[in-house]
Amino acid sequence: MSDNQPMLSTSNLTCAFGVLRAVDGVSLDIRPGTMTGLIGPNGAGKTTFFNLLAGALKPTEGRVHFNGVDVTGMSPDRLFHLGLARTFQIPRPFRRLSVLENLLLAPPKQSGETLTGAIFQRGRMAREERALRDKAMGILDFMTLADLADQPAGKISGGQTKLLELARALMGEPSLILLDEPAAGVNPSLTNVLIDRIKELNRQGMTFFIIEHDMDFVMRHCAPIIALAEGRVVFEGTAQDAQADAGLLDAYLGTGVA
Amino acid sequence: MIGVISYLAFFGTVAAILAIAVLGLNLQWGNTGLFNGGVAAFFGAGAYGAMMLGGPADPQQLGGFALPYPIAFAGGIGLAALVAWAVGLLTLRLRHDYLAIATFGVAVALEAVARNAEWLTGGAKGMRGFPRPFEGLFADQFTYNLAFLGFVVIILIAVYAGLERLVRSPYGRVLRAIREDEVAARALGKNATRLRLEAFVLGSAIIGVAGVLYVSFYAFISPQDMAPILTFQIWAMLIVGGAGNNRGAVLGAFLIWGAWTSSGFLLSKFAPTAVQIYTGPIQYIMIGSVIVGMLLWRPQGLLPERIERTKTGNEAPGENASQG
Repeated sequence: MSDNQPMLSTSNLTCAFGVLRAVDGVSLDIRPGTMTGLIGPNGAGKTTFFNLLAGALKPTEGRVHFNGVDVTGMSPDRLFHLGLARTFQIPRPFRRLSVLENLLLAPPKQSGETLTGAIFQRGRMAREERALRDKAMGILDFMTLADLADQPAGKISGGQTKLLELARALMGEPSLILLDEPAAGVNPSLTNVLIDRIKELNRQGMTFFIIEHDMDFVMRHCAPIIALAEGRVVFEGTAQDAQADAGLLDAYLGTGVA
Repeated sequence: MIGVISYLAFFGTVAAILAIAVLGLNLQWGNTGLFNGGVAAFFGAGAYGAMMLGGPADPQQLGGFALPYPIAFAGGIGLAALVAWAVGLLTLRLRHDYLAIATFGVAVALEAVARNAEWLTGGAKGMRGFPRPFEGLFADQFTYNLAFLGFVVIILIAVYAGLERLVRSPYGRVLRAIREDEVAARALGKNATRLRLEAFVLGSAIIGVAGVLYVSFYAFISPQDMAPILTFQIWAMLIVGGAGNNRGAVLGAFLIWGAWTSSGFLLSKFAPTAVQIYTGPIQYIMIGSVIVGMLLWRPQGLLPERIERTKTGNEAPGENASQG
């Protein structure tokens, strides 16, 4: 795919709850290799928009295309198989699974994940598990979580849980990762680790679409930046454009941008 | 001496049969988080299924068909699985307490069917005369009962080993992930709907195995044997033993069945006559108290679930959190 082709694009995407149009005719493109930032005040429809992209909600109107395929209304599990992964605003670790198991679980099409495979294809399953374990330990190492591999995921800190969610998503070898407020509720030193890892993955070619309240984070790391307010796109451009347009952003976000 | 051995064989046979049902429930609740409130229905389906296929012909009923034991055995399991599949399709969208209420209702309805559909189930008087398997091979009843205990224990071990294999595999890992957070499991590509249905049907089929063995042992089945108290007994066994731990499930079955039979014996032997007539209700209260007490003071059970320590190959005790 050429760089001009969007990896993900929406056209007139709308999600209405009764009279409330939480997402109201959003058309936008996510280009491959970008770290696209999505900002907007509370209630602007950012997470609802993510839920539409990830299949957790079905749109009232509009289409979503992912890598050229119409994926409108597709279930989250099928989207993950197509290479679209996400993390959650409030992390959702599998609490009584170990950190390592949280990762081992993620890759699709494991032969040991079917009833017959788990009982009859023991050799193949064991080989797959060994390979997955090596891969998972590599990712945990990269995410600075290797020492916690055997800990129950419910026992690690909130910030570590954010790292875990990203690590878990990576196991599925996605082409696009939706991050919902990765830096929220994370202590500064872990935030730095997280940002550093995200940027490193982006350098290696991973595309990110990031909801973030931390304007400093968005201005410094995200390009392009898209702003939503009341379910509509109100701004699209670079950080410089945004700063030039500070009056507009200020009005919508109520935060000092510069 | 023979009397004691004979009694222990009898006790062990029933406890082992119930342990198989507890293992089936453990796959559903302990591993997948499915609150099956209708255990008795699948137990009954297994027992009635086997009786209809393998039992002697009765002119007043549709069955039995006096088919060979393996066919009756498989048919009983098949009926339990079929009922579970139908119930699962209808109710598995429901979560937790709603699923419990729906499955409890199904069990009560099926018990009413067993009690009233005389042309099919013999009604309240039940069905009798199931030909006990391999009985002709043994000279006397005592040897036969020991052999039957062995037969049940072999099946218990096979079910235990098969389930251990399953829950330690990636399949078991996915089931536990669905139990922990279904939304996250879906976001990681897991078809939670299909997996929940599979676990529900497989667990119910295992509960059906217990029903088949029960009718094989007593040669008799009536609606009384699939009353709601059975569901509560099986649940008490799992909660006391430790949900999510197959060894706990078996331990709980033997402990609770021991407590149940000995409390019945003690009440009938030593309690004043005025109290004795309430033996049943007193036992019901005891089962309820055991469930509540356990959930309050040791929700993880006697043998808690173990979290896989995949790196080192050892295991660490699970988190002391209750489910539900």
